[in-house]
Amino acid sequence: MAERLSPLEPVLRPGSHGQFEDGVGVVLSEVAPGSIVQLAAWPGQEKAVIAAIKKVTGLALPDGGVANGQKAAFGFAPAKFMVMDEAESLSEALTKAVSPETGTVTDLSHGRTAIRISGPKAGWVLAKFFAIDFSLVAFPIGAGRSTVHHDIFAQIQRSAVDQFDVYVFRSFARSFWHALCRASEEVGYEVR
Amino acid sequence: MLITCPYCGPRDVSEFTYQGDGNRERPAPASQNLDAWNEYVYDRLNPAGDHNEVWQHSGGCRSHLKVVRNTLTHEISSVVFARGHVPHRSPTKRGSKA
Ligand SMILES: [Zn+2]
Repeated sequence: MAERLSPLEPVLRPGSHGQFEDGVGVVLSEVAPGSIVQLAAWPGQEKAVIAAIKKVTGLALPDGGVANGQKAAFGFAPAKFMVMDEAESLSEALTKAVSPETGTVTDLSHGRTAIRISGPKAGWVLAKFFAIDFSLVAFPIGAGRSTVHHDIFAQIQRSAVDQFDVYVFRSFARSFWHALCRASEEVGYEVR
Repeated sequence: MLITCPYCGPRDVSEFTYQGDGNRERPAPASQNLDAWNEYVYDRLNPAGDHNEVWQHSGGCRSHLKVVRNTLTHEISSVVFARGHVPHRSPTKRGSKA
């Protein structure tokens, strides 16, 4: 597997920034999972694709999504799913488990950048970008959302009560990171 | 204006792209029926009230949607997936020429 270079590397400045005198409102970091894979089921094959994801990753997808620290999966469109793994071999395993008659498997590991925003003000900061409901009732843990900030498409998974993983196109990642840092200044942020 | 995507839930109109009048019926590609092509390309009902439309949730799940929108109030009374959608025109206006 080719060595992966982060598009955030030139701009990621670890440490505390903004107005953090009264505490850090959000922590920003790059997740850099080994695998980011997109699956799409042909009409009527959705259950078969969900079963294949379960077989390969052990992740059950009953209510939109699930995240356990090492692996994560969520639906982002009808019969379409994102699956992530710390390991790099996920795409090969899913390709074996999903026949061409069932659906498609697309390896996006090098095409997406995963940015994690956590902390008590995570929902507050993200709400400045995306016109979706970040309340825990409307957006439960594990669930995913497809949305957009101007022309930057984003898939967002809530991986904990105060933690969101935002998947953006790699080519937009640095621009989005800049904007995210700016939006986090008022609440104080720490880059890890 | 909010459109309630059947997959994503209520979203701002800025996430959607208008795909055109949902009443049009495209003739078969090989059709030489000029009236049918004229109707498809030019004739619009232009109602003051409920209007069948096709939208795409382009800034979200990217589904194509069949939407009924009131052109006077912007009230949206129905949103369903466009897959399998069969366009239908009002029988009184069908094929009529201005
Ligand atoms: Zn949608």
